Amino acid sequence: MSSTIEIRSAPHVKGSRTVEQIMRQVVYSLVPVCAFFVWQYGISALALITVVTGVCIWTERVFTGTGTQSGHIQDYSSVITGLLLALTLPPGFPLWMAAVAAFISIALGKALFGGIGFNVFNPALVGRAFAQAAFPTAIATYTPSFLSGRGSEFIPSSLALPLMQPADTAAWLHGMQIDGWTGATPLAQWKFEQTLVGAGELLTSLGGHLPIGPSPVLIVLCGLYLASRRFMDWRIPMAVFGSAAITAWALFLLDPARFPTPFFTLLSGGLALGAVYMATDMATSPVTPKGMWFYGALIGFLTVIIRNFSGLPEGVMYAILLGNAVTPLIERVTQPTPFGKGASKKARRAASYSLNPSYISRDGDVQERDKS
Amino acid sequence: MKLLNFLRGEAFQRGVHPPSHKEATADRSIRRLPFAPQLVVPLSQHIGKSPKPIVRVGQEVVRGQLIAQSDDWLSVPHHAPATGVIEAIELRPSARGPWVESIVIRVQSGSTQEDLWGKPQDLSNATPQELLQAIWDSGMVGLGGAAFPTHAKLTVPKQAHVHTLVVNGCECEPFLTCDHRVMVEEADALMAGIRYGMRATSAVRTIIGVEDNKPDAVKAIQAAIDKIGATDIFVEAVPTKYPQGSEKMLIMALFGVEIPSGGLPVSLGMVVNNVGTLAALGKLLPAGRGLTERVVTVTGPGVARPGDYRVPLGTPLKFVLEYAGAEVNSRQVIMGGPMMGQSAASLDVPITKGVSGVLVLRGEDIAEREQRVVYPCIKCGECVESCPMGLNPSILGMLASRRDYEPMGSHYHLGDCFECGCCTYVCPSNIQLAQQFRIAKQVLRERATA
Ligand code: SF4
Ligand code: SF4
Repeated sequence: MSSTIEIRSAPHVKGSRTVEQIMRQVVYSLVPVCAFFVWQYGISALALITVVTGVCIWTERVFTGTGTQSGHIQDYSSVITGLLLALTLPPGFPLWMAAVAAFISIALGKALFGGIGFNVFNPALVGRAFAQAAFPTAIATYTPSFLSGRGSEFIPSSLALPLMQPADTAAWLHGMQIDGWTGATPLAQWKFEQTLVGAGELLTSLGGHLPIGPSPVLIVLCGLYLASRRFMDWRIPMAVFGSAAITAWALFLLDPARFPTPFFTLLSGGLALGAVYMATDMATSPVTPKGMWFYGALIGFLTVIIRNFSGLPEGVMYAILLGNAVTPLIERVTQPTPFGKGASKKARRAASYSLNPSYISRDGDVQERDKS
Repeated sequence: MKLLNFLRGEAFQRGVHPPSHKEATADRSIRRLPFAPQLVVPLSQHIGKSPKPIVRVGQEVVRGQLIAQSDDWLSVPHHAPATGVIEAIELRPSARGPWVESIVIRVQSGSTQEDLWGKPQDLSNATPQELLQAIWDSGMVGLGGAAFPTHAKLTVPKQAHVHTLVVNGCECEPFLTCDHRVMVEEADALMAGIRYGMRATSAVRTIIGVEDNKPDAVKAIQAAIDKIGATDIFVEAVPTKYPQGSEKMLIMALFGVEIPSGGLPVSLGMVVNNVGTLAALGKLLPAGRGLTERVVTVTGPGVARPGDYRVPLGTPLKFVLEYAGAEVNSRQVIMGGPMMGQSAASLDVPITKGVSGVLVLRGEDIAEREQRVVYPCIKCGECVESCPMGLNPSILGMLASRRDYEPMGSHYHLGDCFECGCCTYVCPSNIQLAQQFRIAKQVLRERATA
């Protein structure tokens, strides 16, 4: 026995879960999604993911290094921001613009608030919103997936020089002669041309040369992995999907000609990615279980409303940013009820022993006490 | 199994499942620890006024002899843990750090651990009043760790009516097995203790709650119940989950009711006692003796001979650790369990009535924890999902880190926190939530009295 012993405060044992571990698991679960994206769009997508993630990590490093924000570079959270931001951009998005957006997402979305845990808005979406405002044409320019030369040939717009407008992809695509190519995403097609892409194609993202992101099925599967290991809260995606489905279904019933089917709503655009990976960002979503339901439901509802009643084809991003903004309010009104302060003081039905003092009973087997 | 319990509405909500680490000691019988050359009995071991010594320096005492007493209702007398000479009555270090008035006994070499003092009494016709007095005289306090005087705990307030004696054999803290061994080895004494408890409180039935990771204890108790043919004593296996051993959680598991916040089990007609306490009562009362020893789990990765030891009260930690073969590079010694126990401030502090375990951690056992980075709260919600009291430790922690203590108490129910440590245990950001809450409570208490 050494004579010096140290004093620490209880508890003296600690669960194994760490911030690094949670973030790492999220990154791992995103790997298949990114791989799918690269498979769809080839080398451009790969470059996009690499550049955006690289810039995010670098920015994080600058700010943690100078002490401007909390956290450590090893915590992987900037990697998540980078991957998610890349997945929300069109694959042919000029790389220099992507780099700017990535810098903004960490600098304005995270460091400005004080770093990990303090940010109010999902950093990836801050970057994405910035890109939407600053580069409205580039962010609306989609190219078809599964082009034949995608493994070796960049989409020409990717390589635009910094501060230059990207090359027009229309002429390039024209040379490929793809039938029926309009350049519009399924959501935009529905909104502006009233054509509906089939559910099967949306589900797998595999049909033809659709300009869409990774398959919602794959995203949900990856999310299920995370949720099953409790690295992500299952309530939020459930609530988002549920409320989006209900809202879309109600609208569809009102006017089937004007509104798309609920399936289309659930499977199109960024809803799956947003519900599974962005709405669930821990720091910007409520911490209370009841609050998570509210928050998810609000996002699902807003998404459908924005998609159908505004000039924009896509609404997930704004819905989540709005959800982030009201998170503190949601938390305030959904604080959990402490033990012993609930309204009901009644015994739960199936308890082993009755509370009735005049019986000695077990499992409801009533055995009158000898009164003598 | 978990789902089943959930469907039956049995378990309390939330809580955590830390690794139990009970294997090292759970199957070994209780062994006696020899006397240390010198025993130190701190006068104040619990709430209430500290008792006054009734011996003087130089006086010879016999094991079991009364050495300090008090007429304060919330204080209990002390008995000499060994035969020997009173060497000093002076300030000695206590587990919490400050030095406290203690009686130091030099043990007579070769003295027996047989209890010599005490006048056997027949309590078969004793009134509840007489029983409570006998319990008070035995110096008994809750051996589960809280060290609340047992006679006070068994006293039913005037208007209240008690129908059930709940006996707590959960022992939900990892590492500890002293209650487990007592249940297996002293089930008969436990029955005797239960009878005293029932008569003192006028309870009509007794329910013993044991976590379902101790099937042998349940079996031993059932056998003891059958042996005396009792039809009003039941043993029930409850789900293994920390902190099942807290009164409120145990009552939830057994009866499916929540004790109202700020209320006591007696408001629902129940009195809760620990198995170790009742088993000790069952042995002490008929013999008319006082509490001079208790069972302590000595364990930890650095202990060569871990086990449950019957330790004379007042034995210095150092002696206990040497006997059990604790490694030289031990870095931290915890009195109690790892979730709620206290770091000992020095190895000179003695085992007191409330110490249920001594847990020794080596440098390498804490190294990993020490290297962990502390992040700001990332609002993962793990703490909210684990707090058995249904609080929101996340917001409490954020307020505490800003030293904004008032709203913690007024809006976020800090008063309901019983410092179980579940939130700290799960927090991936490595925030010392429970410790912050302890400090916040202390500050609020001081402000309230100031
Ligand atoms: S220490 Fe307090 S706040 Fe933390 S889990 Fe336990 S009761 Fe809840
Ligand atoms: S467990 Fe820790 S990081 Fe997670 S919400 Fe609670 S305090 Fe914050």
